[in-house]
Amino acid sequence: MSETTARYSTLQKILLYALLVLMALVIAFPLYQAVVTSLQTEADVSNYPPKILPLSFNPQNFGDALALAPIPRYLLNSVIQSSIVMLAHLALASLAAYAFAFIDFKFKNFFFLLFLSTLMIPWEATIIPNYLTIVNDLRLKDTYLGLTLPYLATAFGTFLVRQFFLTIPRDLHDAARMDGCGRLRFLLTIAVPLARPALGTLAVFSFLQTYNQYLWPLLVTNDKNMRTVQIGLALLQDQERFLWNIVLAGIVMILIPTFVLFIAGNRQLIRGLTAGAVKG
Amino acid sequence: MATPHSRDAVTAPTPVTRTARSARMRALQNFLAAMLFLLPSLFIFVSFVFVPLLKTIQLSAFFTDPLGRMASFAGLENYQRIFSEKDLANSLKVSFTFALYVVPTTLVTSLFLAVLANVQLKGISVFRIIFASTIAISAATASLIFLFLFHPAIGIFNYILDLIGLPRVQWLTSEATALLSVSMATVWLMTGFNTVIFLASLQGISQELYESAKIDGAGFWASFRHITIPLLSPTIFFLIVVSTLGALQAFTQINIMTRGGPLDSTNVMVELIYRAFYFNGQYGIAAALSVVLFVMMLALTTIQFGVLEKRVHYE
Repeated sequence: MSETTARYSTLQKILLYALLVLMALVIAFPLYQAVVTSLQTEADVSNYPPKILPLSFNPQNFGDALALAPIPRYLLNSVIQSSIVMLAHLALASLAAYAFAFIDFKFKNFFFLLFLSTLMIPWEATIIPNYLTIVNDLRLKDTYLGLTLPYLATAFGTFLVRQFFLTIPRDLHDAARMDGCGRLRFLLTIAVPLARPALGTLAVFSFLQTYNQYLWPLLVTNDKNMRTVQIGLALLQDQERFLWNIVLAGIVMILIPTFVLFIAGNRQLIRGLTAGAVKG
Repeated sequence: MATPHSRDAVTAPTPVTRTARSARMRALQNFLAAMLFLLPSLFIFVSFVFVPLLKTIQLSAFFTDPLGRMASFAGLENYQRIFSEKDLANSLKVSFTFALYVVPTTLVTSLFLAVLANVQLKGISVFRIIFASTIAISAATASLIFLFLFHPAIGIFNYILDLIGLPRVQWLTSEATALLSVSMATVWLMTGFNTVIFLASLQGISQELYESAKIDGAGFWASFRHITIPLLSPTIFFLIVVSTLGALQAFTQINIMTRGGPLDSTNVMVELIYRAFYFNGQYGIAAALSVVLFVMMLALTTIQFGVLEKRVHYE
């Protein structure tokens, strides 16, 4: 450490820290302002000039936000939706990755390219028929199944897990098979435990991605009790008494789960996103 | 060394036809096993990606009833209609302008942040987390927060302009600045992801390269131009392609902050598609618009691969 810090002169260090702090302030400012405003009174927020320093402390805004919209219900819906997708991604990606990593089968390249091609088909090219299928044909409007069904498979996750499975010696697989170990048993008792880092990345990534979805839940939910957090909060805009301190209190509340996940899964998430980038 | 040989001798008498048949049996078994493992994913991909893609194309050639059922064959009439009206041309212009505002700004900002966060100083990991933090924020929450910051009367941005003595701006409510304002919020939102990717690539560059460049008398800019940029070029290329595709499909920010207004100045392609089928029930028209956007994106990505990838330095 002492060797690396010696690389910069004192003046350089001061300049670098100044730049770092300045940029950190710029990046963090919108969030900071949201948190500060979420604790202000109605008078604070609706009068000019806006207050930048955290001088007010009105935690009852959070209670008012809960009274304005069923935020716990939105959170529950989002957590159920995101957990279904996350668990399905972990299961389906592990199964498919096993086939691509450990079985030699005919047309393997074809199927691999087929999976790859789903990454290149943008969602707006499929969303209208999917909407018609889910809402009109399957009558799944306002259900968890309707929210999640089209998104249960993941090509990105399959590649991520496959890359990890490829590092497991093939001999280990073949020897286990020789000893009469079934494919599913090998996957569950040997491959999956070894691939925990990759599965952790996928879990964080899938959960965040689903939790933050907007257009699909907007299309397939109508019932107030089935709205997800993203839609529920965006709809707060349409409230007659639209108070920024209360809306921002609601926003701060729904940001908490993602930030907890972000701080906890930071390394894993970054590793996974990078793996995706390298393959892209 | 001699053991495998003698084992070969034991198995040698097996008739050739029988081994060929059992090899074929094994290949079939492997294929069936692989299909079982792929089936759940394949079922979802076929039902919700491949078939819908074809259905979108089919739908674009039909007149539809208000429930989205195909009523009668339209041929190219939906396309003729969208190309003869002003909406599509406007939305294409808006979407491409948006991409032009967002992509270069995001990339330059993120590269700057990543280079800054790559220095070896005490406490740097705190800055790395702050720079990456917008990854955890959804487009919907970012849009609501910026809606507040952009507020003409009580928003912070106009207050800051007042403080430094500049004239106030109408941000989201003026035709002239709405798209630029939405772009600012989008750049902020996207820097987290892009910085993370850049930082990871920067950390993959060997420090020895910089050390030896330093010995040869290269300053910061020289090593940045001749080492960092060439070695980052695959990442830069990847991020240009991904961010451009993302920008052309932007919807959440627009839907929350401006709903396409004022006067269609932010009416991007996906907002136009969304309004066509969700509010107006024009499924055929919306499908035709989707096909146009899909083809545009495909063409642009192909061009990017053709033009930019030649300049990419792969190791």
